[in-house]
Amino acid sequence: MRVVLAEDLALLREGLVSLLESHDFEIAAAVDNGPSLLKALIDHRPDVAVVDVRLPPSFTDEGLQAALEARRQVPGLPVLVLSQYVEQLYARELLADGTGGIGYLLKDRVFDADQFIDAVRRVAGGGTAMDPEVISRLLARGTRDEPLGHLTPREKEVMELMAQGRSNAAIAQALVVTERAVTKHTANIFAKLNLAVSDDDNRRVLAVLAYLNRA
Amino acid sequence: MDAEVVIKETLPETRLQRHARAPWRGFCLGLLGWPAMFVSTAVVTALSLVGVGIGILLLPPLLMVTRSLMDTYRRLIGKWSGIQIDRPYLPEGEYKPGIGGQTQRFVKLVSDPATWRELLWLMLDPIVVFFTASLPFYLVLYGLYGWVLSAGLGKVITDHGGNDWYGFVHIQHGYWEDPAKIVTTVLLGAAFIVIGLLSGPALLRVYGLWGNSLLGPTESSRLALRVQHLTETRSDAVDASAAELRRIERDLHDGAQARLVAMGMSLGAIEHLLDKDPEKARLLLAEARQSSAKALHELRDLVRGIHPPVLADRGVGDAVKALALDHPLPVEVNAELPGRPQPPVESAAYFAVSEILTNAAKHSGARRIWVDMRHEDGMLRITVTDDGQGGASLDGGTGLRGIERRIGTFDGVLALNSPLGGPTIVTLELPCALSSPRISPS
Repeated sequence: MRVVLAEDLALLREGLVSLLESHDFEIAAAVDNGPSLLKALIDHRPDVAVVDVRLPPSFTDEGLQAALEARRQVPGLPVLVLSQYVEQLYARELLADGTGGIGYLLKDRVFDADQFIDAVRRVAGGGTAMDPEVISRLLARGTRDEPLGHLTPREKEVMELMAQGRSNAAIAQALVVTERAVTKHTANIFAKLNLAVSDDDNRRVLAVLAYLNRA
Repeated sequence: MDAEVVIKETLPETRLQRHARAPWRGFCLGLLGWPAMFVSTAVVTALSLVGVGIGILLLPPLLMVTRSLMDTYRRLIGKWSGIQIDRPYLPEGEYKPGIGGQTQRFVKLVSDPATWRELLWLMLDPIVVFFTASLPFYLVLYGLYGWVLSAGLGKVITDHGGNDWYGFVHIQHGYWEDPAKIVTTVLLGAAFIVIGLLSGPALLRVYGLWGNSLLGPTESSRLALRVQHLTETRSDAVDASAAELRRIERDLHDGAQARLVAMGMSLGAIEHLLDKDPEKARLLLAEARQSSAKALHELRDLVRGIHPPVLADRGVGDAVKALALDHPLPVEVNAELPGRPQPPVESAAYFAVSEILTNAAKHSGARRIWVDMRHEDGMLRITVTDDGQGGASLDGGTGLRGIERRIGTFDGVLALNSPLGGPTIVTLELPCALSSPRISPS
């Protein structure tokens, strides 16, 4: 699997390179600023990109802007965004086109190598990987909004894990229930959110979007 | 600076009304000359008694009376002539009670140029007002007198052997038998009335300019007031940033620092336990890891409180949008900012909005909030509206006074309009220029 990597701190960049290479990823390019990231994304068309939000030259959300621009030119290009902070606003912008293949994680999630690599693979496969922090801040807003207000507490738990990008199997494991039960819950969620029957991955993304967009 | 917004329901005057009312208004301003004369006599007397010491005690209260009389002048001139006159006085300090403080106050008042300009006003104005603001009233009165003469008073005067001049018309024996003279008197009277009515507003304006030249602040008192304002806001700013530093220090001390100490201790214990009790060591390791995650989390929150990442990345528009997403109430944000203000202004505006939103959620009982941000006439103008129960005031623990003080550092002002029953509208205005978008310091 070919990866484009953008991180301005040399130490962290090399750490990520060796981590990804040791898990059989091929590094197509490792860059340290916004403009070269955009160029690398368009030129190499990687299977997945791992991108730091804050990059030179402006040290603002340069990485995020480059990723969004690349996805405008190459729809559905899988991008995993890493950041020192997670912001709902940025999560929404990333998910806005509804095509999936989006990850948004805190940088310290990299410490847990297995989970991180799992997230990279999930994003490369067109799924989502949202940081639990984004989800918990969403939950802090309460549940007065429709139509998510109709979800049962268990369905909300499933929704939360689904929003993080977990598979049904992983959700079943986390909630200590059977996978069949999880499938039933997800079907209920899709129905309550009026999501038409289509490819399951895409519906999961749309459900997450609905979850994020309640305002 | 009074920030309270007072909404007056006054209809604008028509031209006709203005002309009809001007003579009467000028007459009222002329009447103020009477108290002015008494006050000026009293002040001059007090000044002459300074030599024997009593004047030092008498003058300050008399000058306070003068000032309130001058305030009446300023208010009426502002209302009737449209020329707004600012108060020119140098700031009054705090004085010790007793003779020493009284003397200090006396010296301060006497060295304020406004005091002497007002004394000049007291002496000159009774004359000036007669030839400006009050003149139309007397013209109209004289015109009416002409009509009264031609309606019969002229006959009464001449019958009793008296005589009088009305303008150029000599009223003497035979006046009543000369229709030409009577008609002239009527026409002349009408002319006086018309001139009086026509010239009213213009002469009021002339009087306003005269008022502004003596009752308004001079360049130096303007500067003095400005210096006072800057001194106040600077000390507010220093206080605020010192308090902020203390808060950060406390947060670091109680939060991340304490966690790091705990981690260090756990790691030390792990070192000891590694061989003896690996199981316990594993437990402690997990704990240490949790501590590190918590420390990171706290540092993140702290940084968010100092300078939120979205604010740094995108500016105040998107930062407030991000704030709205985290807010417990639905907040609609409309931002029309073609560029970014200076970072300190941007940060002040952001934290002001943040606090207003927190307030609205806590106190107003609102169900929705709207935030509008735009840049107009060199001002960043932010309006926060909620549909709560209203009745908010600047004081009374709403924190609005604190916001006002903080944006005061940037010459910003805050206006509150919160009638009982709602809605509450808080408006912030911060003078600033916008830089072109997408240029930020690295």
